Amino acid sequence: MIRLKHIYKSYTIGTVEVPVLRNVSLHVRPHEFVAILGPSGSGKSTLMNIIGCLDIPDSGDYILDGEYVDNCTEDKLSEIRGVKIGFIFQQFNLLPDLTAYENVEMPLLYHRISPSERHERVIRTIEQVGLKDRMRHKPSQLSGGQQQRVAIARVLASEPSIILADEPTGNLDSASGKEIMDIIKGLWRDGHTIVLITHDINIANQAERKVYVHDGRLSEKEIYNGMENH
Amino acid sequence: MAWKIIKLSFKAIYNNKMRSFLTMLGIIIGVMAVVILVSITQGAASGITDSISDMGSDQITATISGDDASVSADSIESLASYPSIDSVAPVISTSETVKKNSETGSYSIVGVTPSYFTVRDIDIQRGRKIAESDIEWNTNVCVIGTDVASSLFGTWDAVNGTIIIGDSIYKVVGVLEEQGSSLAGSEDSKILIPYSTASRMTGQTGVSSFYIKASSEDTVNSAIRSVESFLLQATRDEEAYDVSNQSEVLDTMSDVTNTMSLLLAGIAAISLLVGGIGIMNIMLVSVTERTKEIGIRKAVGAKRKHIMLQFLCESCALSVLGGVLGLVLSLGAIEVYNLVASSAAAINWSVGIAAIVFCAVIGILFGSYPAAKASRLQPIDALHIS
Ligand SMILES: Nc1ncnc2c1ncn2[C@@H]1O[C@H](COP(=O)(O)OP(=O)(O)OP(=O)(O)O)[C@@H](O)[C@H]1O
Ligand SMILES: [Mg+2]
Repeated sequence: MIRLKHIYKSYTIGTVEVPVLRNVSLHVRPHEFVAILGPSGSGKSTLMNIIGCLDIPDSGDYILDGEYVDNCTEDKLSEIRGVKIGFIFQQFNLLPDLTAYENVEMPLLYHRISPSERHERVIRTIEQVGLKDRMRHKPSQLSGGQQQRVAIARVLASEPSIILADEPTGNLDSASGKEIMDIIKGLWRDGHTIVLITHDINIANQAERKVYVHDGRLSEKEIYNGMENH
Repeated sequence: MAWKIIKLSFKAIYNNKMRSFLTMLGIIIGVMAVVILVSITQGAASGITDSISDMGSDQITATISGDDASVSADSIESLASYPSIDSVAPVISTSETVKKNSETGSYSIVGVTPSYFTVRDIDIQRGRKIAESDIEWNTNVCVIGTDVASSLFGTWDAVNGTIIIGDSIYKVVGVLEEQGSSLAGSEDSKILIPYSTASRMTGQTGVSSFYIKASSEDTVNSAIRSVESFLLQATRDEEAYDVSNQSEVLDTMSDVTNTMSLLLAGIAAISLLVGGIGIMNIMLVSVTERTKEIGIRKAVGAKRKHIMLQFLCESCALSVLGGVLGLVLSLGAIEVYNLVASSAAAINWSVGIAAIVFCAVIGILFGSYPAAKASRLQPIDALHIS
């Protein structure tokens, strides 16, 4: 499903080229739940942006569902994101001026979906995350956990096969963090492929498989021993 | 989808009420300027045009300057035999001091023949007109306008009264119908006396001007040509006379108002362009402010065209809303103007609609650069801004 081959990515700051990902290869099978671990600044988010087609690698191949993503146009990438991928961000990334309902509906406006089906999907997914009574609230009127649940409903409404979560519990207290993790595990059981980024080993342990990013490289074993206590 | 985008635009405008209003102000003022000015000038122009048409477009006026002896009243009468001409009325105009008891004033005295009433299409309300016999006998009678009657007699019932024109006593035999003001000077303030009496009073043998009534509106032009060739023969001097017709005045009038309207449209277009630059400015600010929103939208699947459309729609909504507000305010302003100037100017809807359409064009024109800029933002860069 997700196949990264020898991915190289660097950022140029001024005239200095700083490599972030060096020769990263990763294979995620359908319905898998993979946790990506690594210290801050190791390149986890950069990797997730590439997996999520928000960014393209400098070199290497990314094959998503048998399609070479590196050759896609910007609009084609938008389409892939809209159809196949759902993002759950650490900072929720809801639109502050829209209600919970409108936030969930927003991505569907870019799909060819009839208004009645759109409405049906929004209601269904908002119910699924247990926020039916908070539908008309704006993000600022919701708690962090509730906002993250709206963000999850927004993902579910588009019915993507892959869900990418970048530190989804990073801004939440442990109780709401646990709620969010329970929802994510539920989605995995429903058949979604999940890639979760975290530096919390306890969260990573709930995944099927753990992958470590260190110094721009990936390994299935933890190299950095301090991680466990991080 | 389209409806959602429009709703979104108005929401964005509403969320920044003050800023949106200030941005729209340029457009509002531009639209108000054009709609109010065009409506009022065209209202005034159509008032004048109406009063000119009232006088009849079959009327021709000939004025003779220079040597007064050149054209006699009798020779003019011969013009009436032309097929294109219905009737002719020679006139001697002068002004004299008129006395009635203690009232004294200078009035315009017109020596006329009976045909004057037919040609000028005026009637009397009391008494009688100047008759053929008055001309024959040089009688000292007069027919006076309503303004003259009320200022000399204090009433329109002035028949059989006497007034002193110059040194002679005249008997009032009739009072004209009230005409109201008109572009060619109202008959209301004139005193009509027999042509022959006027000729004797002024010592003038030739006519100073004469009116011609064409047999129909279609023959006006050929009547004008006949009169012109007649006058050229009589005076042998092209500069000595002038023949004009109301329709020429109307043409000139409409030329003037058209030029005026064009000028106003030009000024308005410029002010709307300035308003458009204001919109572009604020849209650029808006794109920068909403970089994160654009990033989020792109992350969940929005394509370039979607972002482009959203911002275009917003700038368009801004300018069209400004246009509509301007139009509504113009309606009010014209009402106020009518109250203050006690006129009856009406809003010119075609200009109003044109202004709104122009606003939409401005919105698209000046919104396209900010919209293109927004659509080109990379989702990853846009998301990074927090
Ligand atoms: N747009 C950018 N321009 C320049 N450098 C960048 C950019 N984005 C990331 N970097 C650099 O790339 C490196 C990896 O960043 P990344 O965000 O992937 O780290 P991370 O593993 O997600 O860290 P964290 O756990 O703190 O989120 C960092 O050193 C960062 O400074
Ligand atoms: Mg990160």
